[in-house]
Amino acid sequence: MAALPETAVNVLAPQPPKRELSREWRSFWRNPLAIAGMVLLGFLVLFSWVGPHVWTVNPQTFDLSKIASPPGPGHPLGTDSVGRDVLARLMLGGQVSLVVGFASAVVGVTVGSLYGLISAHFGGIVDSVMMRIIDITFAIPGIFLLLLFDSIFTPSATLLVFIIAILSWQGIARIVRSEVLSLRERDFVEAARALGASSWRIITKHYLPNALGPIIVYGTFAVGNGILTIAGLSFLGLGLPPPNPNWGGMLSDGMNYLFVNGWWLVYPPGLLIVFAQLGANFLGDAFNQAFDPRLRQGK
Amino acid sequence: MLKYSARRLLEAIPTLLGVFILSFFLVHAVPGNPAVIMLGTHATRHNIAMVTQEFGLNKPLPVQFLIWLWQLLHGNLGTSFTYNQSVWSLIWQNVPRDLSIVGIGTLLASVLSILQGLYQAKVRGSLPDQAITWVAYFLYSMPIFWLAVLLILWFSIDIPIFPPGGIQDPTQTVVTFGTWAAHIALPVICIALATVAYAGRFMRASVVDSLVQDYVRTARAKGTSEFSVLMKHAFRNSLLPQITLLGFSVPSLFAGALFVEEVFNYPGLGLLFWNAAGSRDYPIILGTTAVIGVLTVAGNLLADLLYGLADPRIAYD
Repeated sequence: MAALPETAVNVLAPQPPKRELSREWRSFWRNPLAIAGMVLLGFLVLFSWVGPHVWTVNPQTFDLSKIASPPGPGHPLGTDSVGRDVLARLMLGGQVSLVVGFASAVVGVTVGSLYGLISAHFGGIVDSVMMRIIDITFAIPGIFLLLLFDSIFTPSATLLVFIIAILSWQGIARIVRSEVLSLRERDFVEAARALGASSWRIITKHYLPNALGPIIVYGTFAVGNGILTIAGLSFLGLGLPPPNPNWGGMLSDGMNYLFVNGWWLVYPPGLLIVFAQLGANFLGDAFNQAFDPRLRQGK
Repeated sequence: MLKYSARRLLEAIPTLLGVFILSFFLVHAVPGNPAVIMLGTHATRHNIAMVTQEFGLNKPLPVQFLIWLWQLLHGNLGTSFTYNQSVWSLIWQNVPRDLSIVGIGTLLASVLSILQGLYQAKVRGSLPDQAITWVAYFLYSMPIFWLAVLLILWFSIDIPIFPPGGIQDPTQTVVTFGTWAAHIALPVICIALATVAYAGRFMRASVVDSLVQDYVRTARAKGTSEFSVLMKHAFRNSLLPQITLLGFSVPSLFAGALFVEEVFNYPGLGLLFWNAAGSRDYPIILGTTAVIGVLTVAGNLLADLLYGLADPRIAYD
């Protein structure tokens, strides 16, 4: 049958059930988890970007007369192994952690969503092959890939974004795929197809808006995981090369002062990583509860 | 069920082959000749050529891969460049140590998370329930390496109960049960806490889920005691997701173990791999990756099959 003009498609096709975004957002804003998550992440953003304007000590200045000195005047959180100010370094390190965590989540979720969309939309052999590839990449330990990439390339923030994204796209690909597979059989999609809507139209107007909930939820958790991964990499010494500070790297540096009770090198960086993770997890759970009607009613 | 199991087993073969191919070529994409690294800075060109020849590093990559795969299928993972010892024996030295911390840690976590889930579901909405949820949130958001560092700080420095790392005291030559237990205590606690943080949350959700089911209401209506409702109905039905969760978490368990081994300086597969990566020891890198890949695929398969066994409603065609 000849394709109808777009306008006819619009008029004739049974409209998909309207997603009442407003109700979901209202539920989201009423959730204390959402507020807690935003307060935590907001604090970290302020700390990392506004902080350096308030606390203007240079995070890279060495002071070998003050190696690993405890908190005191001039250094509210003490100094590290070469006498640099810990507070200033935490702020600078926060910028890298948050940007890399956020960017890697965006890249990973975009790639994964597209992958899942394509896999489910075409189905058949394409789907089987694409899903098998996911199984394979899932069975290779992520740390193995990290080590390899790290030894092939010199780490830069951009490279870290892509490495972390490579480790995290499979989950959302599977979720979007199963979402699209169930949408494909729904009446409104069937009708759109029967009326000659293009693949592009079906994907952008029907699949994506309906899969948006899980994508947002997963993406939020992915930000937290990205921050955790870069901290872990830096902890192992695979992060950005010095003198770039990172919470994970500062923590591993602090391990050398465990036996002399260098608590100011152990607690602050760890707590900041936890704050970031907690913030992302709170927000993710709040989104999850807002988008999942079962959880929303249960609340 | 038998047919399904057989099909799943067959499906695992191309997956594993893909894992082997991908990891082999990725490892060889790393620049640098291992022969040069192995021989150090004083190597002569002649020596390098000899070692390259000896380890077959001058053959085309696909040929090297086929040789490696052929050996692998015969249970031979090659000889380590740096330890001059077979990779199998190295892996076998490390696997039991890993199993003792990961195995005991996971077991402990399973028991704890089941208890936590049952208790929280029983008293859901109450103050203790909320308190546990918040603590679990915090624990869940903690990087495992920070947890490990804190455990050392608290339990071997501030209150010196356990040794901070290693597997035996430097002065001892024979490892007794006591020293073994003391040395694995902190790594086990670390893995258990990290695992219980997410498994417990999961368990609570699934127990709550099964408590509102009709069969539970029926059981209650028939006058079944609350304990029996929890144990016979809620508990058994919540085990399913727990099984799946553990089956699918093999790779993350190994990744977590690497950090734990690194912090506690505890020799296991993770540290073996980590050191091999530093020295470009291809056979060890590939061998451990292959072993972990096989374990991951096996874990997924086992989780799938156990799920089917535990829930008769799931029909496999």
